[in-house]
Amino acid sequence: MSNAPVNNGRRRFLTAATSVVGGVGVVGVAVPFIGSWNPSARAKAAGAPVEVNVSKIESGQLIRAEWRGKPVYVVRRSEELLASLSAHDSQLKDPQSEVPQQPVYATNAYRSIKPEFLVALGVCTHLGCAPTYRKGDFEQEVEGVTDGFFCPCHGSKFDMAGRVFQSVPAPTNLMVPEHSFPTEDTLLIGVAGGEA
Amino acid sequence: MFSNLMAWIEQRLPLMDAMNKHAAQYPAPKNFNFWYVFGILASVVLVNQLLTGVWLTMNYEPSGDGAFASVEYIMRDVDYGWLLRYMHSTGASAFFVVVYMHMFRGMMYGSYQKPRELLWLFGMLIFLVLMAEAFMGYLLPWGNMSYWGAQVIISIFGAIPVIGDDLTLWIRGDYVISGATLNRFFALHVIALPLVLVVLVFLHILALHEVGSNNPDGTNIKKPKGSVPPEEQSKFTFHEQYTKKYDIVDAIPFHPYYTVKDLVAVVIFLIIFCGVMFFAPEGGGYFIEAPNFEPANGLKTPEHIAPVWYFGPFYTILRIIPDKLLGAVGMFGAIIALFMLPWFDRGTVKSLRYRCTAHTVNLIQFAICFIILGVLGTLPANPLNNMIGTIASFGYFGFFVAIWIYSKNEKTKPVPERVTG
Repeated sequence: MSNAPVNNGRRRFLTAATSVVGGVGVVGVAVPFIGSWNPSARAKAAGAPVEVNVSKIESGQLIRAEWRGKPVYVVRRSEELLASLSAHDSQLKDPQSEVPQQPVYATNAYRSIKPEFLVALGVCTHLGCAPTYRKGDFEQEVEGVTDGFFCPCHGSKFDMAGRVFQSVPAPTNLMVPEHSFPTEDTLLIGVAGGEA
Repeated sequence: MFSNLMAWIEQRLPLMDAMNKHAAQYPAPKNFNFWYVFGILASVVLVNQLLTGVWLTMNYEPSGDGAFASVEYIMRDVDYGWLLRYMHSTGASAFFVVVYMHMFRGMMYGSYQKPRELLWLFGMLIFLVLMAEAFMGYLLPWGNMSYWGAQVIISIFGAIPVIGDDLTLWIRGDYVISGATLNRFFALHVIALPLVLVVLVFLHILALHEVGSNNPDGTNIKKPKGSVPPEEQSKFTFHEQYTKKYDIVDAIPFHPYYTVKDLVAVVIFLIIFCGVMFFAPEGGGYFIEAPNFEPANGLKTPEHIAPVWYFGPFYTILRIIPDKLLGAVGMFGAIIALFMLPWFDRGTVKSLRYRCTAHTVNLIQFAICFIILGVLGTLPANPLNNMIGTIASFGYFGFFVAIWIYSKNEKTKPVPERVTG
């Protein structure tokens, strides 16, 4: 043991420096542990676009496609229905689709590329349940609106453009995924026009 | 020979000393009533869950393709597999029954007040981990309610601004709930959280024995050293850790007096437990819900998503608030409010026996609101239920506001020096 006087300043500096280096080490070690929770390469590959033939869908019919494990609703809307959409704007939270819940090319009155086809995720924006398509008997939920989507979990309501009504738990309109029509009859979900 | 061996061990690791300190010479107030059995019952259920859980993993297969089938395999083909699974699933509900009773006991007799705040916090952490444990365990059978329940709860994190969507993706490890989610929940459910739980229970008991048990009168059984004449002190031998600093009154050793009493409670509890397990293991659809007899299906939401009954109160608070973020804040706020109870209550009198009438009324309305919220959590959402739920939520949070107000200058009855019962 040497009898050199204790240098407290140096001790504090060394303690602090050791702690900082140790802290950096802890952060570094945490990276793989946190990173391993991200979707794996296999999960990402399973998220590829899906194709749907829309020529057989009848007016008013809803078909479900599966994309990234989520249900995608595709509905062919009639002329009368499209005309009636603007009638209940005052009862909606976001009638003009200002919240970016849709690609830019679907930011219009019908929230779609072709007015007659609604393409939206069947995932309630509240807590992710699948809303039920209520064709013809939606007036039980909202007076004067004949068709719409009703979420059985917590009672959120959406119109036939996937727009959310007021006074329900869902905060935003239904998500419209990236999609495109490579041909007249084919719908490609997951990719915007021109990218595929 | 044997005593020599014991002495040899004792010099190296004071086991007998620890046993005496925490059981045979631990001073427990002599007036414990019915409400004081639930801590022991919780430990019994914990042991049940650990044991049956380990045995279930021996045949369970944590994968999206195999999980549901392996649970059916356990139920049909593994000898006594059905029994082990029902012990585990009934145990989950039983855990929450006894823990809610245990917490309400603490609220009635002010067991969270100074100096037992840390004890209460450890207890609340146990409750929080228990909820995480139950939630993750419920995904493992991979039934359709497992799947959609997890979908709803994980989506709650999506309400956090900016990072919400990325956070839910990170928790799931996929764009939807999938085998990846199932596997990580399995790892957390059987390894990580049980370890945390056992450590927290250990700390909870250590913290209890440091400050000592409260009692239904809320009196202090540890008097300053030298203040009590020997003939009034408790006649039993207590560990010197307690007698060194205090004169102990109105106390009996935990063992054998309370171990024997608790044994009676354990037997009665097990009779009820077995009754449920053998005759109604699904608990009428409340312990194991009907849609969970179908495999998980990401394209089909069950008609009516309801959490298991013990999450009901918090779930109702979540859904009556018509805003996603505020709903999540309300739900977590309900739990945080309980955490902060020792600081909401500014009173110094512990037991409701000697507190103002307003306090008794407040506690009763809190219990009623909690039960109403719990019932509503299992029912479908409709305007009437939402209205009742809103009122009950005000009652729930109102409890904390009210106690903060009246406990400041509370008109209390005199607290006796010694226990009464």
